[in-house]
Amino acid sequence: MEQVIFYCFAALLLFASSMVITVRNPVRAALFLILAFFTSAGIWLLLDAEFLAMTLVLVYVGAVMVLFLFVVMMLDIDLAPLQEGFTQYLPLGIFVAALITIEMIAVLGASHFGLDIVAAPIAHPEGYSNTKEIGLLLYTIYVYPFEIASVILTVAIIAAITLTLREKKSKSQDIDKQIKVQAKDRVRIVKMEAVKKQESES
Amino acid sequence: MTFEVSNMALALPEMFMLAMACITLLAVSFLGKNGAKAAYSLSQLTLAITAIIIYQSLGQTGTTFDGTYIKDGFSDVLKLVICLINMLVLLYSTSYLKARDLFKGEYYVLAIFSTLGMMIMVSAGHFLTIYLGLELMSLCMYAMVAMYRDSFVATEAAMKYFILGALASGMLLYGMSIIYGVTGNLSISAVSASIQAGSLDNTVLSFGIVFLVIGIGFKLGAVPFHMWLPDVYQGSPTAVTLFIAAAPKIAAFAMAIRLLVGGLGGAYEYWQDMLIMLSVLSMIIGNVVAIAQTNIKRMLAYSTISHIGFILLGVLSATQEGYAAAMFYALVYSLMTLGGFGMIILMSRQGFEADQLDDYKGLGRRNPWFALMMLILMFSMAGIPPLVGFYAKLMVIKSIVDINMLSIAIVAVLVSVIGAFYYLRIIKLMYFDAPEQKQLLEAPSDMRVMISINGIAVLMLGLFPGSLLALCASIFPL
Repeated sequence: MEQVIFYCFAALLLFASSMVITVRNPVRAALFLILAFFTSAGIWLLLDAEFLAMTLVLVYVGAVMVLFLFVVMMLDIDLAPLQEGFTQYLPLGIFVAALITIEMIAVLGASHFGLDIVAAPIAHPEGYSNTKEIGLLLYTIYVYPFEIASVILTVAIIAAITLTLREKKSKSQDIDKQIKVQAKDRVRIVKMEAVKKQESES
Repeated sequence: MTFEVSNMALALPEMFMLAMACITLLAVSFLGKNGAKAAYSLSQLTLAITAIIIYQSLGQTGTTFDGTYIKDGFSDVLKLVICLINMLVLLYSTSYLKARDLFKGEYYVLAIFSTLGMMIMVSAGHFLTIYLGLELMSLCMYAMVAMYRDSFVATEAAMKYFILGALASGMLLYGMSIIYGVTGNLSISAVSASIQAGSLDNTVLSFGIVFLVIGIGFKLGAVPFHMWLPDVYQGSPTAVTLFIAAAPKIAAFAMAIRLLVGGLGGAYEYWQDMLIMLSVLSMIIGNVVAIAQTNIKRMLAYSTISHIGFILLGVLSATQEGYAAAMFYALVYSLMTLGGFGMIILMSRQGFEADQLDDYKGLGRRNPWFALMMLILMFSMAGIPPLVGFYAKLMVIKSIVDINMLSIAIVAVLVSVIGAFYYLRIIKLMYFDAPEQKQLLEAPSDMRVMISINGIAVLMLGLFPGSLLALCASIFPL
């Protein structure tokens, strides 16, 4: 039963991820990405990694992808230039992709990662909590990487603000400036020679 | 499960730098208009004090945070150099940034965070720490390139840098996951131990190494993963180019040593052939394509690619002498690059980038002292004795000869002769061509002192390379 579920999810995941990169409409691509996240969350559930699965759904599907969809819908993307040269590069692309796939199957297939080489994970006892285990590891052995990850998030927000914040050029009144103003700042007095209009004689 | 609180004192430099980065960030946000100046002073202070802390604790070694953090001679020396180099980088770049309305506090905050990332990479004892340090460093640099929003080329460079950098990180991460699949461990020492013990699936191991080498090659800028380098160097504001060209290469070198030598040293026969490819291609393509450039930043980018080829030459020899030679080369490279890009900053002024080769015509008449410094730097990059670049090349080629790879050594010598052409062309432009601009070249006094120290350091290290060579040799084996 578990195998059937795994293969269903795996097939769906492969389908969804290949659709992400092949569909023309970016909104559809984003929706397929959501499907890919859901199915990988399902696969993680099979591994007893409930916490990670739930986080994936909540954070990626719930927050990141929704924001992403908003952005994609707001942007007016001209699709024509994106597809230029697609057929031109297609044969080479298919060739390289096929080559890599064959190589990866040869290396990552059952002969190297089969059950006789890598043992199946042992079933967890009753009352096992994946969340608790992650918490125990994260705040003890992996506390240093954990802290660095938090620094990376800080940097991300600094970078995002730096790149988007423009100095505001507001139209509001600056009272100080208005009071300090003096006549010479505003009025320019130009001295002109009085010139008598010459009468044309003809 | 028992847990002991780690000995945090070993990681004092990183912790101090993180605290200071946060203080600088607060200063920037509360001081308003004076924030940039305060951030500049604070960042210089941070780097200086961190350097002092590292210097004070030289000789102390150990691991902490359950093996995710290593403090050894290698990490201490490289961290010290990274701090010093970045101090000089910030010193060089201030006037450039002021002239282009880029003098902002955030720039310095990002610079400190980026330095923190480099330090984390250098003293990483775990694949995760290496990856996170790399991301911290790179993320800051992407933002620094993109900060010059008014410039179209800078934005384009930032996009290229970001996308290719993310791709490279993905490759590296995939390689790490494969290595984890084979060895069942992500800690560098544990990976090394399980390779020593043997009985691993070598096909999968070499498959993982392929991806690790690709990731390292991307970050170093080795051919065929070099295409981002000229575009990013040319497109970024010169101050940022200086930043991303100098210290991050040391960090990337440290990453290569930690991963390939520290973790996978026992499986060197797998990565040696790959590095030979990268190294030879980098030396040839870097030196030959540099000849065709008219933009000096682009030319120095291709020159960087060829230098990376030489650094890899030392690593691929897989001997302790080779690693020491590669480390010597990496340190010397960052010093020379600092001078080279510093000179471009010195020549530039508001509205004038000085990034064309023709801008250097007649520099010998406009300012003989600067021309002399540039001459020293160019001669050193070309590898002409008695300058330090010569010893760097000599040592890596010697390490290759020692393992009987004569043909590669011959290629290395030949390409450095080809490479000498474009370095000498700059000297010809400076001394034998008539200047296009008549006025004398003026520079602020701190910049003048800086470029002089930089040039003289290259000369003095060339005359007396012994102590630095001995230092590098004393560090290996790790």
